[in-house]
Amino acid sequence: MGKIKGAIVVDTVRCKGCSLCVEACPQDVIMLAKKVNVHGYPYVEAVKEDACIGCASCGIVCPDGCIIVYRKKMED
Amino acid sequence: MHNRVQKKDGGLIGMAEQEVTLMKGNEAIARAAVRCGVDGYFGYPITPQSEIIETLALDKPWETTGMVVLQAESEVAAINMVYGAAGAGKRAFTSSSSPGVALMQEGISYLAGAELPGVFVNVQRGGPGLGTIQPSQSDYFQATRGGGNGDYHVIVLAPASVQEMADFVDLAFTLAFKYRNPAMILSDGVIGQMMEKVVLPPYKPRRTEEEIMEECPWATSGRRNSRQPNIITSLELKPEEMEKRNVHLQAKYEEIQKNEVRYETIQCDDAEYIIVAFGSAARIAQKAIETARAQGIKVGLFRPITLWPFPAGEIAGLAHGKKGVLVAEINAGQMVQDVRLAINGEEPVEYFGRLGGIVPEPDEIVNALKTKLM
Amino acid sequence: MAQNTDNILSPENVVYRKPKLMNDVQMHYCPGCSHGVVHKLVAEVIEEMGLEEKSVGVSPVGCAVFAYRYIDIDWQEAAHGRAPAVATAIKRLWPDRLVFTYQGDGDLACIGTAESVHALNRGENITIIFINNAIYGMTGGQMAPTTLVGQKTSTCPYGRQPELHGYPLKITEMAAMLEGTCYVTRQSVETVGAVSKAKKAIRKAFEASMAGKGSSLVEIVSTCNSGWKLTPSQANKWMTENMFKFYPKGDLKDTTGEK
Repeated sequence: MGKIKGAIVVDTVRCKGCSLCVEACPQDVIMLAKKVNVHGYPYVEAVKEDACIGCASCGIVCPDGCIIVYRKKMED
Repeated sequence: MHNRVQKKDGGLIGMAEQEVTLMKGNEAIARAAVRCGVDGYFGYPITPQSEIIETLALDKPWETTGMVVLQAESEVAAINMVYGAAGAGKRAFTSSSSPGVALMQEGISYLAGAELPGVFVNVQRGGPGLGTIQPSQSDYFQATRGGGNGDYHVIVLAPASVQEMADFVDLAFTLAFKYRNPAMILSDGVIGQMMEKVVLPPYKPRRTEEEIMEECPWATSGRRNSRQPNIITSLELKPEEMEKRNVHLQAKYEEIQKNEVRYETIQCDDAEYIIVAFGSAARIAQKAIETARAQGIKVGLFRPITLWPFPAGEIAGLAHGKKGVLVAEINAGQMVQDVRLAINGEEPVEYFGRLGGIVPEPDEIVNALKTKLM
Repeated sequence: MAQNTDNILSPENVVYRKPKLMNDVQMHYCPGCSHGVVHKLVAEVIEEMGLEEKSVGVSPVGCAVFAYRYIDIDWQEAAHGRAPAVATAIKRLWPDRLVFTYQGDGDLACIGTAESVHALNRGENITIIFINNAIYGMTGGQMAPTTLVGQKTSTCPYGRQPELHGYPLKITEMAAMLEGTCYVTRQSVETVGAVSKAKKAIRKAFEASMAGKGSSLVEIVSTCNSGWKLTPSQANKWMTENMFKFYPKGDLKDTTGEK
């Protein structure tokens, strides 16, 4: 059986750093970055990428539709 | 049908015999609307114009032409229904009387701001406030200045007969759609309630979906064939953009002023004096002219049919060199201000009117002419 | 590791992204605002029902006034509170279209109470999406008809007191009592589970509108973290602890299965 592996891509330009995705993530993958984007908002990024299972919780609760979620069954 | 139908003395128009019917002005509006392919009516009862919605309810056009008729919860809702309908490309109208039209001003301003071709009828009664149910022309300022917030105008047609009540329905829609601008029929309790002979307009089918798409490519009825979405709004937060919108509106109003002035002159050729009057006051003034002429006074009538755009240049031209102009209106002197602006002090301009629902007698106008100008 | 991630990031592995019908523009909403999630749900349902070319939305006055910038369908922006009247006419004159309003608590339950109640009572075949965040967001945090007793706003800075300000209005409960409504529900969007239920509710409402079953009202109990002066996360907590008590979630009426 392959292992489920996930990944996210954040639109850091549109992200407003509300951090609701940080709370929604069951794997603590996401954190607020120390940098700000062109609109002056701090944005989120995946810091523990390996832990992501592609559950899409972050994307679903994101009010700004900034997160694309990927999931793949990895071959051993 | 509860109307008496009379045959005109052998009068034929084209191949079809013209049907002359006796009805109230309010009924004429309702029946003309069904005939000229109107898609919807949304209204709230108020005296003296409830016959408009009552006639539509009785005639059930939804079973014949498919026209929607809905009694709204208020005048506010009714005008916003017209907003929704017009925004979706449909021919829709509402009607009310003065206090109800006051309630509609918000919606009318939005129609003007979003450039929507909504039509509404004001069968005026005396005010202010709840006032009286008797006729008046005291909403002239409200009608011709815009009435609601912002710099805008609605096209204002003032019928003086039941026939014009019928004829102006299609005209109001034609102008409204031509310029994407709200248009109103400014009538009063006299014209709304009186019965006269009328020839209703011929039947014209409601436009098909394709025809609406062609005439109104801006309408919101779903962005078919993956076109860009249509957005109906009067909102623009950037002042630079909002000024552009206003400049565009003003350019449109200039165009309307250039093209759409309508008026009638009666016995003006040899006149030394001119009476300016609109709507029901013009009918009374016409009788006053007969009386005055019988007494040897050479007087003619200028009747503005469009109150906005106002026939200012035409009045000034006609009044030039005359001994004086009397403005007769059923209010405290509203149109007289436009006439004075038009004539700009070149000739004497006087006002006569009655208030609060009192309709003047022709003799009162003749007396005013004599005492104020002779 | 990086190699693994690259391998995942290909189109066939996408399991979630914002709906195509959501325009790719920065929304004006405050960070963490519930509006964005509800916009996505409306867009997703329209897409899934294949109604992109048959939908007309009516936006309110209030924070959602610019909804027309974000969901890629035809829209009309209505005067304050009048959206249900505007929608009534559009639906009656284009009966095969999906017509819905998107309104906040001030628009729907205060200045537009008459239009809302009467459109619902007439059984207009429209859906009202009702965002209830118990405050006036756009104007800067004033008292709403739905502000809770004791809740502080800029026009009840010492907390809402019934003897001074009257009681919060449960307009959704009122709607459920009206003969014209077929589906009245109260949802929220603060968790993945809640979002999923809210989406199902919007779908059911839109289907009822298209099937001509009567009026639907979908209330979304929402946060306004700016107006409440809380972080987005604190706002979710406050909503869960306070709003759900007075505005309990779930279906209040569902006759869509009846014929």
